[in-house]
Amino acid sequence: MSTAVEETHHDTHHDHKPYGIGRWLFTTNHKDIGSMYLWFSFIMFLTGGAMAMVIRAELFQPGLQLVDPHFFNQMTTVHGLIMVFGAVMPAFTGLANWMIPMMIGAPDMALPRMNNWSFWILPFAFVILLGSLFMEGGGPAFGWTFYAPLSTTYSSDSTALFVFAIHIMGISSIMGAINVIVTIMNMRAPGMNYMKMPLFVWTWFITAFLLIAVMPVLAGAVTMVLTDKYFGTSFFDAAGGGDPVMFQHIFWFFGHPEVYIMILPSFGIISAIIPAFTRKRLFGYASMVYATAAIALLSFLVWAHHMFTTGMPVFAELFFMYCTMLIAVPTGVKIFNWVATMWRGSMTFETPMLFALAFVILFTIGGFSGLMLAITPVDFQYHDTYFVVAHFHYVLVTGAIFSIMAASYYWLPKWTGHMYDTTLAKTHFWTSLISVNVLFFPMHFAGLAGMPRRIPDYATQFADINQIASIGGFAFGLSQLIFLWVAIKCVKGGEKAEAKPWEGAEGLEWTVPSPAPYHTFEKPPKVE
Amino acid sequence: MSDQRPDNSILVKRLLLTVAGMFAFGFALVPLYDVFCEVTGFNGRTSNEAAVYQEVEVDESRTVTVQFITRNAKGIPWKFEPSIKQVKIHPGEVKVVNFLASNPTSSNMVAQAIPSVAPAEASLYLNKVECFCFNQQPLAAGSDAEMPMQFYLDPDIPDHITTFTLSYTLYDMTANTSAEQMAQLLKTE
Repeated sequence: MSTAVEETHHDTHHDHKPYGIGRWLFTTNHKDIGSMYLWFSFIMFLTGGAMAMVIRAELFQPGLQLVDPHFFNQMTTVHGLIMVFGAVMPAFTGLANWMIPMMIGAPDMALPRMNNWSFWILPFAFVILLGSLFMEGGGPAFGWTFYAPLSTTYSSDSTALFVFAIHIMGISSIMGAINVIVTIMNMRAPGMNYMKMPLFVWTWFITAFLLIAVMPVLAGAVTMVLTDKYFGTSFFDAAGGGDPVMFQHIFWFFGHPEVYIMILPSFGIISAIIPAFTRKRLFGYASMVYATAAIALLSFLVWAHHMFTTGMPVFAELFFMYCTMLIAVPTGVKIFNWVATMWRGSMTFETPMLFALAFVILFTIGGFSGLMLAITPVDFQYHDTYFVVAHFHYVLVTGAIFSIMAASYYWLPKWTGHMYDTTLAKTHFWTSLISVNVLFFPMHFAGLAGMPRRIPDYATQFADINQIASIGGFAFGLSQLIFLWVAIKCVKGGEKAEAKPWEGAEGLEWTVPSPAPYHTFEKPPKVE
Repeated sequence: MSDQRPDNSILVKRLLLTVAGMFAFGFALVPLYDVFCEVTGFNGRTSNEAAVYQEVEVDESRTVTVQFITRNAKGIPWKFEPSIKQVKIHPGEVKVVNFLASNPTSSNMVAQAIPSVAPAEASLYLNKVECFCFNQQPLAAGSDAEMPMQFYLDPDIPDHITTFTLSYTLYDMTANTSAEQMAQLLKTE
């Protein structure tokens, strides 16, 4: 993609912003809102991470040591909810807020007031969710998937709070998605046609459509749980004519597109970073766009691969197995395109590139274990074991979260105007890379050997493997404090960053000064 | 520059309409799922209505084994079991199997049995002429009852189904039943 852009001189001299807390409460500026999303997601990442530390500490050795099983279940549940809805999704929305207007040459998001709302309802949702942990009977303990009847007949009294928290998170995501779609469709600078948009914009565009398609279905599912539990309906209660298996169908109809919501923007980030540090154009731009769209469409046809063991007819199992495996094709297109981009490039290994390379390799490992899980007959063995835990942590931690870290290092100079401390950043990368593999790789073996997930205690033959995973977990948790340190240090000061600190980077965001002025592209840039 | 841009409000309205549509679709999945299960036999549900017995030719060349399982849901102390664990039946032939239930508690109770068939495909060919599961079953304190289930198999049942299992799970419905309803149910019994 070649976008030659005229220098923009107009924005440096009206860079005034409001002062104090009011600036953040009432802001409609996409950069302010983006920063708030990113900091919020970081706080949630550390909160959910702290819960993971509780889980790994309890699993450090067999037997019940630190927490009682009911609290352990609350930790696995809330860890999942926080990481999905509090860390990964808001981080992507934050990146979208910061980068999409600057990448398409727009002065701001299309609906700035709604943008303010979609951020500010989010902290309330998580205060409600976290607050429910301190109620009598405890918070949600039924897994982030809240299968009925665990979430209806057998759940604690605080379940209504869980439902309302999910409602608010859903409304926030939907508003964010509508904003992204309207911005991309209506606010592109003249000449920025669809097939010139950076891939981060493309992948978010498609993600936003997934969000408005499935978040309302999730809202419906939690509403049914609410009425089943408190108002005597029988959507999922067999005694009243309902069906608990139907819950799983409705949930995963949302749930599978949801997992692509958490990875498609990553593909966009990696597609920006690899060409920048390879000093070559991205290989196969158009095929990347089509592959992303294909993955999004296929995501609606594979939901039942999460429920092979519920007793489906063989025909249905085969259908979902083949559809699932089909997704490996467009995903493979992406992986090969990234590798082809690097082929004979002039590669350098700055921190964003290191995270991007780790993403390509480790996400592929997660993809392959996903293919194994897609094979119906063997899934009966892997289902609900630590193999599944290893699989989705490879795609979500070394996939989604590594890409968010890559994006943070890539755009930090643009956001703050300073270069980050490269030594610290590389320390963060290497400690994270090693510890995350010590943490999650052994889980594959624990799962294949039969260790079930979501349990506070286990048979003694799994002791060594869990001890290794726990040590990796503590190390990975501590490594993220380095990230916090780097981020704060970079905000506070450091070497002055140029407008385009990366030699090979392309895109409109590098044509504005660093730090990006409060208002950019008030006059649209020319895109050729 | 903004006057050249398309109107945001039209697009926003369309997107909000999509969101509302998908919310409704989430609920529409409930009846759709029921219809889907009924048509395909998915999930092993059997019809909740009595089948009218049609004079069909009994296919004596084949025998299908039908096994019966009973299970109590959490919190119901009834004894509930089939009088016979399995029957061999020719497609088209009508059989009656009795299920025995007793209420050992000192209070009147109402229960509902929910059927399920495995493999699910067989549920399409199982026709119940009469079944205790069509209605809620009341039992006075300390009493017991013999509950009949009359059925026949559709002769179209595929050859590869030689054995299937019909299971009943018994749910306690006493809490959902008022005192008058209970009296009414016990009287008609």
